[in-house]
Amino acid sequence: MNTNSNSYIFIYASVMVIIVAAVLSTTAVLLKDKQLQNVKNEKMQAILASANIECTPENSETTYNKYIVEEWLINQKGEIVDMYKNGSFEKGTLRAFNLNLKTELYNKSKGESFLSPLFVCNVDGKTYYIIPLLGKGLWGPVWGNIALQSDFNTIKGVVFDHKGETPGLGAEIIFPAFTNPFVGKTIFDDQGNFTSLKVVKGGVAKLASNQQIHGVDAISGGTITSMGVNSMLLDCLENYVPYIKSLKK
Amino acid sequence: MSEQVQKESMFSTKNIKLLTDPIGKNNPITVQVLGICSALAVTAKLEPAIVMSISVMFVLGAGNVIISLLRNTIPQRIRIIVQLVIIAALVIIVDQILKAYAYQVSKQLSVFVGLIITNCIIMGRFEAFSMVNKPWPSFMDGIGNGLGYGMILVIVAFFRELFGSGTILGWEVFKTIGLYDIGYVNNGLMILPPMALIVVGVIIWVQRSKNPDLIKD
Repeated sequence: MNTNSNSYIFIYASVMVIIVAAVLSTTAVLLKDKQLQNVKNEKMQAILASANIECTPENSETTYNKYIVEEWLINQKGEIVDMYKNGSFEKGTLRAFNLNLKTELYNKSKGESFLSPLFVCNVDGKTYYIIPLLGKGLWGPVWGNIALQSDFNTIKGVVFDHKGETPGLGAEIIFPAFTNPFVGKTIFDDQGNFTSLKVVKGGVAKLASNQQIHGVDAISGGTITSMGVNSMLLDCLENYVPYIKSLKK
Repeated sequence: MSEQVQKESMFSTKNIKLLTDPIGKNNPITVQVLGICSALAVTAKLEPAIVMSISVMFVLGAGNVIISLLRNTIPQRIRIIVQLVIIAALVIIVDQILKAYAYQVSKQLSVFVGLIITNCIIMGRFEAFSMVNKPWPSFMDGIGNGLGYGMILVIVAFFRELFGSGTILGWEVFKTIGLYDIGYVNNGLMILPPMALIVVGVIIWVQRSKNPDLIKD
C-alpha cells in the first residue's frame, strides 16, 4: 500500500486520533474519583492545619468529621443562609466545603451577591472559626485557611499554599517563619473597627505601636507575593465583618 | 515477524547490549547530553527523581514498542506527528495515574511530568531506533535508555538531597549520625538548579576519565 498518498495520511491520522482519544478518556474517567478524593483530602488537611490539627491524607476525612462540627455560608448582610451540622442540613442546601470560593469572589468583584464559607472547629471544648482564603500571588493563585479564636478577632493559626511562587522567595509563605507571627494578631482594633491583617514590607516595626498587633513581616525578595497575601486577607476577611458585627450588637 | 525474533535469542548479546549501552558509554544524559532540563529540575529530592525516572522509562519502553509495531504503517510525511501523539498520550496516562495514586509526588513534579513530552531522549529513540527496529529490541532499547536517564537522575538527586537537605528519601541521615552537633550546616546551594548542572558535570568528568573512548579531540 502507498503509505504516502494523501487519503492514506488522512485516514491514518483520523483513526489514530480517535483511538488515542478513546484511550485517554477511558483513563480519565476511571481515575477521576480517586483524583477528586485526593483533592478533597488535601483541602480537609489544609482546613484542619490552620487550627493546628495534624492529619495524614488517609485519615483526613475521619479527622475532619471529628473536629469540624459545623459548616456555614454567610451572605453579605451577615446572615447565615446555609448551615451543615453533623452530616445534615440545619438550613439551606449547600455545604461550605463544596462552595467554589473563586466564583463567589468573582461575583463579589462584579458587585453581585455572593456567599462566604466558614468552618466551625471544635477541639477539646474550644471553638475556632476557620475562614478559607483565595487570592493572587506573583505567578499564580495563592490560597490558605485562617483560624480565628472564639472571639472572632484573635488569630489561632494560618496556613498558606500557592501554585507556583518563586522558590526561596514568594514560596516562603508556606513556612512557619512566615505563618507563625500571625498567631495572636487581631483583625479588629480596640474601637471594634475592622483593620484586617497587614503584611508589612520592611517589617512590622515600621508601623505605629498600636497598629503592630495587626501586622506581620513581609518576605524579603517576595514583595509581590507578600502584597498578594495582604490583599487576599483583606478581600476574604472583610466579607465576614457584617456577621461579626451583628454578633456584637 | 515473531519467527524472526525467536530465531535470535531474546537475550542475545546484541539485545543485552541495547539495554546496557545507554547505562554506560552511550548514556543519554552524560554522553548524548539530552534531557538535561528535567535532570536539573526534578533532582532536588530523591523521591521525585525516582518517580520521574520510572515515568520516563514507562513512556520510552511502551512508546518504543508501539512505534516499532506501527513502523511499517506510519506515513513518512507525518511520522513526527504520529510520534508526538503517542508520546503525549502516554505522558497524559502517566500524569493521570500519578495524580490518582501518588498525589503528593505529582504535585512536586508539577509541570515536569507533562514536559516529558518534550524530552529529546524519547523523540530521539523513536526516530533513531524504533522506526527501523523490531518490537523486542525496541523495548530493550527503550528500557535501557530509561535506565540510563534514571540512573543519572538518581545519582544527582542522591547527592543534592544528602548535602542540600541532609536527608535521603526524607530520612534524616546527618541528624542521626550527629553531624549537626559538631557544627555542620546544610549547603543551600545544592538545592538550586546550578548545582545539578555541576553534579552532572562531575559525573561526565568521572565517566570520561575512566573511558578514554568517549573523549573526542
